[in-house]
Order: sequence, then structure tokens, then C-alpha cells
Amino acid sequence: MDFAELSLYSQAVLLLAGLIALTSFLMLGQSRLVRLVLVFAIQGILLAATTAMVAGVLDFPHLYISAGLSFLLKGILIPVMLHRMIYRLGLHRELDTIEHPARVMMGGAFLVVFSYYVSLPVVAHSPLVTLNAIAVSLAVVLLGMLLMITRRQAVAHVVGFMSIENGLFFAAVVSTYGMPMVVELGVAADVLVAAVVFGVFFFQIRESIDSLDVDRLSKLTEVDKP
Amino acid sequence: MIAAYLVLVIPLAGMAILGLLADSRRAGRINVHCNAWALAASIWLAIDVLVHGPRLSSGQLLYIDSFNVYLIVLTAFVGLTTSIFSGPYMAHELETGRVNVKRLRLYYAMYQGFMLAMYLVLTTNNMGVLWVAMEGATLATVLLVSLYRTPESVEAAWKYFILCGVGIALALFGTVLLYFAAEQKLGIGGNALLWTVLHVNAGALEPNIMRLAFVFLLVGYGTKIGLVPLHNWLPDAHSEGPTPMSAILSGLLLNDALYAVVRCKMLVDGSLGTQVAGYLMMGFGLLSFLVAALFLHRQTDIKRLFSYSSIEHMGLMTFAFGIGSPWATFAALFHMTTHSLTKSAIFVTVGHAAQLAGTQRMDRIRGLILTQPAIGWGLLIGTVAIAGFPPFGVFASEFLVLIATMRDYPWLTPLLLIGIGVAFAGLFRHLQLMVYGDVPEGQKPIPANLLPVMIHLALVLWLGLSIPGFLGDWFSQATQLISGASPL
Repeated sequence: MDFAELSLYSQAVLLLAGLIALTSFLMLGQSRLVRLVLVFAIQGILLAATTAMVAGVLDFPHLYISAGLSFLLKGILIPVMLHRMIYRLGLHRELDTIEHPARVMMGGAFLVVFSYYVSLPVVAHSPLVTLNAIAVSLAVVLLGMLLMITRRQAVAHVVGFMSIENGLFFAAVVSTYGMPMVVELGVAADVLVAAVVFGVFFFQIRESIDSLDVDRLSKLTEVDKP
Repeated sequence: MIAAYLVLVIPLAGMAILGLLADSRRAGRINVHCNAWALAASIWLAIDVLVHGPRLSSGQLLYIDSFNVYLIVLTAFVGLTTSIFSGPYMAHELETGRVNVKRLRLYYAMYQGFMLAMYLVLTTNNMGVLWVAMEGATLATVLLVSLYRTPESVEAAWKYFILCGVGIALALFGTVLLYFAAEQKLGIGGNALLWTVLHVNAGALEPNIMRLAFVFLLVGYGTKIGLVPLHNWLPDAHSEGPTPMSAILSGLLLNDALYAVVRCKMLVDGSLGTQVAGYLMMGFGLLSFLVAALFLHRQTDIKRLFSYSSIEHMGLMTFAFGIGSPWATFAALFHMTTHSLTKSAIFVTVGHAAQLAGTQRMDRIRGLILTQPAIGWGLLIGTVAIAGFPPFGVFASEFLVLIATMRDYPWLTPLLLIGIGVAFAGLFRHLQLMVYGDVPEGQKPIPANLLPVMIHLALVLWLGLSIPGFLGDWFSQATQLISGASPL
């Protein structure tokens, strides 16, 4: 395949897809929480830019609303909330240890390949751009999960969770030109409420175990307690 | 259609009122009133559908047919009886200092919020809104799981939030794929996510994409059903939250998540023309059924015990819907009803038993029947019913599932029988001592309202002896819708 033959729009979508996947990898390797949140904000802004571009180029005015929502929520509001939370909880100097960083990265690369493999059935019925979009968004979803598995800080889990949502929005925007407005608004509302609830949880968790290391949340098991 | 809007507006108003109300004594009563009015509206809606057939609201946002209308009535009914129980129960928790007035207000507001989400899941015609409402149900209940703020409850709530949040994100991916498949045939526009439109055009949708979409939808909503291996959140969330919450989570949320999966299966079956979706559901269902039955033996906490029993029964229903024959579908619908009624009755009783003994540990709950016969008998009869003894309804529905399996997959019946046997032993090895055992010193009866339990168990008994005509018609109409043929 020759990228130069694609339309400028397709090339731009591919570029943005690549950048969004890159931010996911950056998050995977970032052990400082403050920077993790910064990278997450960049991912949100990239998502908003993609949406705005699709809205402008393909002339779907309702996507401008979606782009604005993404920008406000994912690019500004949630990162700022997380950032303030990190400072209030005094976590800005703390380093979250990542065990076996090389293996985590290899795992991430494997997940991307896997996503392309899973998305293959879609390719027969749609242009190249869609394949890449769906594969990349699935990869972002899976990388978000990997991030959650490898981290111990509750804040990092929330970032992983929200980046999963980013992946989903990217899929919706590029492959189907956004969901219907009702759904889009509903999902945005859910994300906002989820962010607030997460904030409440940070304090509840810290109150109960005196840190935000979720590995220490291990009282509930099937094994009989001594 | 006014009734359908009323069903949604009443809990919304209830949530607003209860969120602003400072008086916790009146809040309990208002909660009961809201649920009673919602039940009245749902019955009105049911009669409307019974007389006029499936109804589509103007704007196509809501769609009511015989499949969801009976679940709406069931949801409203269990919501009402649980709220009757929850008033005095939460007042007792307030007196013992486990919650304060502020948290109680959150509890009541979120009770109605949860009901709203459930009604929205059931009434909506839009697969995207269905997802939004499902996530809304998680958000409404997650802070209630950590209501007591013990380290265990915070942990349970966090687990619930993360697991269900991630799980349901996969369902959103499935919904995007569904929309993608539909858009290629139906064009860009707001209609391509409407269930009615999708159902009519299911045959034209691209099978490869639909198959992929179903995998994501099943895993996503399956997390909420509590299918093994995605069930980890369920026993924790059920055991650590306030008991009325466990009753409605077990009786309603799990059902409604299964409802979402079945709706998706109807679309995918239409597109694929094969049994793939059914096989997936059968596999997951059977695995959940067997694993949960074994786990029953290892429990030490009474609420965990019964939440594993919920997983077991949800597994059986998923399995039956997976078989997909008219008999199996009928049995699954019937089992949804009987399980929901029985399980919420059990959780109500268990809540009283735990308050009586002052603990949820089964080795410290003893002599219920001697201290307070009503609770002891309630727990005994409830457990007998849920274990599938005749003459209760659960026996009838499990028996139907067995017959349906025998007709289509005879080699799977031994597995089901073993599972039922293992589950029975798992429940009764714990029950015996709790109900009969010696009374610990100083154990005194508590004020308890067992009316909801009696109503539920009486209904289950009635369903076991004979299915009333209108309900039978209803089930067979719904079966016709789902499986394409009538069992009767």
C-alpha cells in the first residue's frame, strides 16, 4: 500500500491514529503520575482534534459538539481534576514502580498486532482507513487495560480507565462518524460522573488503607482468613 | 405510551426529592411511595401492551414489547418490596451508627437512581442508550457498596467499579461495531442504533462484523451478569454493601444485564443465521453454573454464599437462552422471574438474620428458628426454594431447563444434574446449623418486617403449582419473539 496515494484526509487520520497509539505507549512507560496525567491530556486533545477534523472535512456539523465535549472533558477537566488530586494527596513526588518495563512494552506491542488480527474481518468491507482506525482503537483499549494491570497506584488505574474510553471514542468517530447525539451526550455524562466518583474513591481508599496502593486492597478473598 | 414515560419520570422525581430531603424518617416512606407509583405505572403499561401489542413511542426512543414489559413489572415489584424492607432496616443501621444521616440521604437518592437506570435499560429502543443506562446503574450503586466505609467495603466498591467499568467499556466497543455494521446498510443517521430498525434489517448486516460485535457485547454485559471468569466483583459487592442493595442487585441488575445480552443475540442470530452466539452463551453459562456451584462450599460469609448462588442461577439462564429453542427460552424467562423473586426474598431474610446475630459470618449465626421463628423459617423456606425443591417455582423452571437440554443436547444433562446436586449440598451444609443450632447467649429478637418475604415466597409457590394464564401467555409471546416459535 502506498500512503502517498491516499487522500490528505486519510493520511491525516492515519497520522492521528498513530499518535494516539504512541501516547498509549508513552503512558505505559511513564512512572511519574504528574506526567502520566499530562500524556493523558495530550491523548484527549488528539482525540478532540481528530473529531474536529472529521467534522470539518466530511461536513458533519454535529461532530463539532462531540469534539468540544472531548476537548473539555478529556483534554482539560479530567486531567486538571486528577492533577489537583495528585497534589492534594501528596503523590506528585512518588514514583510508581513498573516491574519488568521491557516485558510490559513487548506485551503492548503484541497487543497491537493482536488488535490488527482481530480487526481483519472488518477490512473486507471497508476502506483501509477504517481498518487502521478500528485496530488502533482496539489497541488503545487493550493498552489501557495493560496499564491498569501493571500499576499499583489508584490514580494510574483511573488514567488507564479513561484512556480506554478515549480508544472507544476514536473508533466511533473515525469508523462511524460519531454515535447518535443522544448516545454521545449520555456517554459524556457517564464519564463525567465516573470521574467525580473516582475522586471520592481516592479519599475513601486513603482513609481505609492510608495510601493509594491498590495492591494492598486484598482483604476480600476466597481463602479463609486466619 | 404515557405509562412508559411515567415509569421513567417517577424514579427521576424520586431521586431529586430524596436527594434534597433532609429528614431520614420520611425518606424511607417516600421511597416506598415512589416505588409503589412506579409499579402502578408499570402495570398500566403492561395492560396497554397486552391489549394493543408492542408499542413504539413517538421519536422511536422507547420500545415496549412482551419481552421487556414483564421484566419492567418484575423490576418495579421487587423494587417496591425491597424498599418496604429497606426503611426499617436502614433505620436500624442508623441507630447502631453504621451510617450517618448524610450517607442515608445518598442511599435513598441512589436507590431511585438505580431504579431509573434499570427502567431505562428495559424501555429504551436505542442500543447506545442501553449502554449508557447500564453504566449509569454501576455509577448509582458503586457508592452504596462502600456506604459503611469499612476497608472491606471500600475494596469491594473499587473492585466493582473497575471491573464493571472496564467490562462495560468492551460492550461499548461492541455497540460501536454494531453501529458500524448497521451504518453500511442503513446509511448515516440516528436510526442505525435503534433496536427495532436493526431487528428488521438484521439479515442484511455484515455477519463477520456482527460476530465480532457480539463477542464484545457478551463479554461486556456478561461482566454485569456475573459470568465466570468475570464474576469476581459480584460476591464482594453483594456482601459488603447494605442488604437491600444486595437484594436489588441480585434480583434486578443481573436480570437486566442478561436482558441486554439476549436483545443483542436476537440481532446477531438474524444476521448470522447460525448458532454461534448461542454456543458462546451456552459455554459461558455452563461454566458459571458449575464453578459457582463448587464455590458455594467454600464460603464463610452468608451474603457471599447467596451471591454465588446468584451466579449459579444466572449461568443456568444464560445457558438456557443460549440453547435458543422455544422450550429453553420459555424456561429461561420463567427462571428469571422465579429466581428474582426468591433471591430478593432470601437477601431480605439474610439481612435480618445478620442484624439479629450481629455478624455475617456463618459460623456465628446460630439458632435462628429458636430466637425468632419468622426469620428462621423464612431463611429455611427461601433456601429450600432456591435449591430447586418442589413445589416451588424454581423447581418448575429448572425442570423445564433440564427437559429443554434433554431434547437438544442430551449429553449435557448429566452436567446440569451434577451442578444442581453440588449446589444443593453447598447450600444445605451451611444452612442446617444456622437455622437449628444452639442459641448463643444474649441473642434477642429484632423488629423485622417479613411481609415482603412472605409475599415473594407465596408468589414463587404459586408459580410452582400453576402458572397463571395471563403470565403463561406472556411468556409464550416473549418466547415467540426471541426464538421465533411458540412452545405451547
